[in-house]
Amino acid sequence: MQMPELDAGILARRDEVVAALRAIVPGEGVIASERAMKPYESDGLTAYRQLPMVVVLPDSTEQVARVLRYCHQQGIKVVPRGAGTSLSGGALPLGDGVLLGMAKFNRIREIDFNNRVAVVEPGVTNLAVSQAVEHAGFYYAPDPSSQIACTIGGNIAENSGGVHCLKYGMTTNNVLGCEMVLMTGEIVRLGGKHLDASGYDLMGIVTGSEGLLGVVTEITVRILKKPETARAVLIGFASSEDAGTCVGHIIGAGIIPGGMEMMDRLAIDAAEQFVHAGYPLEVEALLIVELDGPQAEVDDLIGRVEAIARQCRAVTVKASGSEQERLLFWAGRKAAFPAVGRISADYYCMDGTIPRAQLPRVLARMRELSASYGLRVANVFHAGDGNLHPLILYDANQPGELERAEAFGAEILKLCVEVGGVLTGEHGVGVEKRDLMETMFTQTDLDQQQRLKCAFDDKGLLNPGKVFPTLHRCAELGRVHVHGGHARFNDLPRF
Amino acid sequence: MMDVLKPRDAQDVAAAVQWALGQSKTLDVVGAGSKRDLGRPTQTDATLDLSGLIGVTLYEAEELVLSARAGTPLAEIEALLASRNQELAFEPMDYGSLLGAPPGRGTIGGALATNLAGPRRFKAGAARDHFLGVTATSGRGEEFKSGGRVVKNVTGYDLCKLLAGSWGTLAVMTGVTVKTLPRAETEATLLVAGLDDARALEAMATALQSSCDLSGAAHLSRPVAARLPGELGLGQPMTAMRLEGVERSVTHRMTALQTLMRSWGPLLVLDPQQSRSLWTAIRDGIGFAESGPAGGRIVWRISTAPAQGARLGQLLAAKADVELAYDWGGGLVWAALAPAEDAGEAIVRAAVSVCGGHAMLVRAPAALRARVPVFEPQAGPLAALTARVKESFDPNRVLNPGRMWAGV
Ligand SMILES: Cc1cc2nc3c(=O)[nH]c(=O)nc-3n(C[C@H](O)[C@H](O)[C@H](O)COP(=O)(O)OP(=O)(O)OC[C@H]3O[C@@H](n4cnc5c(N)ncnc54)[C@H](O)[C@@H]3O)c2cc1C
Repeated sequence: MQMPELDAGILARRDEVVAALRAIVPGEGVIASERAMKPYESDGLTAYRQLPMVVVLPDSTEQVARVLRYCHQQGIKVVPRGAGTSLSGGALPLGDGVLLGMAKFNRIREIDFNNRVAVVEPGVTNLAVSQAVEHAGFYYAPDPSSQIACTIGGNIAENSGGVHCLKYGMTTNNVLGCEMVLMTGEIVRLGGKHLDASGYDLMGIVTGSEGLLGVVTEITVRILKKPETARAVLIGFASSEDAGTCVGHIIGAGIIPGGMEMMDRLAIDAAEQFVHAGYPLEVEALLIVELDGPQAEVDDLIGRVEAIARQCRAVTVKASGSEQERLLFWAGRKAAFPAVGRISADYYCMDGTIPRAQLPRVLARMRELSASYGLRVANVFHAGDGNLHPLILYDANQPGELERAEAFGAEILKLCVEVGGVLTGEHGVGVEKRDLMETMFTQTDLDQQQRLKCAFDDKGLLNPGKVFPTLHRCAELGRVHVHGGHARFNDLPRF
Repeated sequence: MMDVLKPRDAQDVAAAVQWALGQSKTLDVVGAGSKRDLGRPTQTDATLDLSGLIGVTLYEAEELVLSARAGTPLAEIEALLASRNQELAFEPMDYGSLLGAPPGRGTIGGALATNLAGPRRFKAGAARDHFLGVTATSGRGEEFKSGGRVVKNVTGYDLCKLLAGSWGTLAVMTGVTVKTLPRAETEATLLVAGLDDARALEAMATALQSSCDLSGAAHLSRPVAARLPGELGLGQPMTAMRLEGVERSVTHRMTALQTLMRSWGPLLVLDPQQSRSLWTAIRDGIGFAESGPAGGRIVWRISTAPAQGARLGQLLAAKADVELAYDWGGGLVWAALAPAEDAGEAIVRAAVSVCGGHAMLVRAPAALRARVPVFEPQAGPLAALTARVKESFDPNRVLNPGRMWAGV
């Protein structure tokens, strides 16, 4: 992975830079010793590691603004970081850059039930938001599996999803506003407690921008009333084709479940051995379908889903009879990653999305690839929205296996694009999929995205080396090329 | 005479923009022209008429996705979806009656470019939340795409969000992909009669904080409620709360909602058909129809925090002759003001600065919309950022220049 060239001039002035940062963020807020910086050297994509030049942990918007203004003046790169759970290397440090840790922004500033919003700092964990409003029967809907650890700031940057996003949306559908510091140190406020932006939807662009546009220092999220009840059905199939058909029929019948997850045989077996959730072992595919809402509605829909499942040749159908049982059904799915971690030395988690009807083709091709790479793959799948998480099993201690796993993963993602899908459904591009962007986008597409980046960060100092395979100077990108050849224009109908 | 260019496909669109760039011309980007009277009036050298870019190119109901050329009539898409029991869940409003134009004329591109939303906004989102993919030509004359045809996608910046609500000032959309959703099996509406604005907004907040799962919460003040069609009009202010879903669920929740609202005022339950007509009327601002008694009034559309809605209404009423309607549980305030020199701008902006949110001047004579800022004015670093975003797509200001703000 090629990262931006190190700036020798900046590195030579490291002591001076550290001193200047200490003048802005006093005390323990600046970390410069190698040992103390070690925990920051990677995020959830642990195959990539890099010590930053220095770590800075500001605790106010004012400090963030001053740090960024200083770095902008000096031409120093900055990488924002939340909890470091990114699976795409979004928070991977740069050797000549400042790692800006947002952990001290950990307060919930306001809970406003009348407007059904909470105003939080970016370092607050995802789960903490739900916990803070739980007493009144509310919750924050996007629920990534990493929700105990990951932060709202990271969620904004990655536009994170969770098992409930088919019905309740991703982060972008659940945030209303933010305060953000631009690389120049200027502070802007986007949105607020009201719906929709006045003017351009900059909040919509910042969400999912992977820390490349600005540093978010406050967020207004929507909170929802918890559904009265929830029940899940566990459905086993003799083939993944049947399971895929069943998913299509459920949605075709007008039912949007709260969650709809699929696992393949290897994932089912690993999860069952790990948590004993009561999963059937003789099946090729397992669906967990959760319905939530008022009791009467849930019971009604559970009946309909069971009937559809039987029509789709389900071999086992079991609805949860108690809250305890429902949680047990989910325990297996939620532990799927660590469960796979127990049957393999290492695993590599992929995140493509495909049009659901393509599932049989994609799974068949994945089996062929698995054989030719000599690596096993377990599949966990947000079935409702076509978001695949193939887990490639490998052993990093075997020379060449990591490289093989990465090559296999890249093939899977290319396959997703080939069948009409996309490279990433929720984990982000980061460094991991950066060099695959050209399989999905033309140079013109990417140039337009980079021009937008230039509108926020003219010197390209914020999180460079992520998302875009090649970096261009903003001045270059800004030139307008007027094309000759007006043949087509002359032919255009006019009135 | 002003040129009207009528592209047949995306390449024609690119050719037209390249021509405009080369000749230093400006373009008025138009779908069916149903929203031409919205925004600042612009003076352009030519019209780019997209009504020739028509046709649904993909519809897979089970995958919840539909793609169409940008000029496809919205009505055609809604009819197609209805044939499979689906809909655009953001309930795009129809500006026809407010602007004194025939209804049902909009295009899908126009609905997205203006980020339309209806009463279900607080539950199901606006156009932006259902906009999955786009192909477009920038003001640089370059064709680009963003997003895709799957509902879950974080690959690259989400340019669909930016184009939604950009009023054609950044790029000309040629093809779009949207998320479709099943229609609710049934619906019902509870009316609470006779509440003043403040009480009504409290009642809605109470209902919205319950487990009743409302999909509409609106309050019409007396004069506005009186103008509802036929049997819907009550002689008094009307607070409406909608429930949608499967039959058993709606019945169950209606019982709970009635219990919750009993102490607030006289209740009335509307059947599914009445409920549908009521919410279409609320969605399209029928009470302020150009052809009706409020036709001479100036109309503002104000988005604020729902709990601030009543206060905002009071601030306006204290200073002006105003008729009010509230949607989104109080978060969307429609204010119809008696004609004024400045369209009531000073009063409206002052109220918004107290309560938060933003206001758009929706209906006023063109001369007023040219003089008074139509969209919420921006200042400081945000205004500069907006200008740079425009610049990044349309540096020569070819597309709808000045439609949103002067200079953008
Ligand atoms: C076990 C496991 C399970 C996971 N499950 C899911 C899942 O179900 N769904 C899902 O979507 N993701 C999942 N993830 C991925 C990850 O948790 C999310 O992407 C999460 O949002 C990252 O949050 P973070 O606080 O750890 O951010 P970090 O990893 O620290 O950073 C992520 C990105 O955000 C930027 N950033 C962080 N804070 C800010 C800020 N304040 N301002 C600007 N930019 C900022 C960083 O620069 C970086 O680009 C999982 C990860 C793990 C390890």
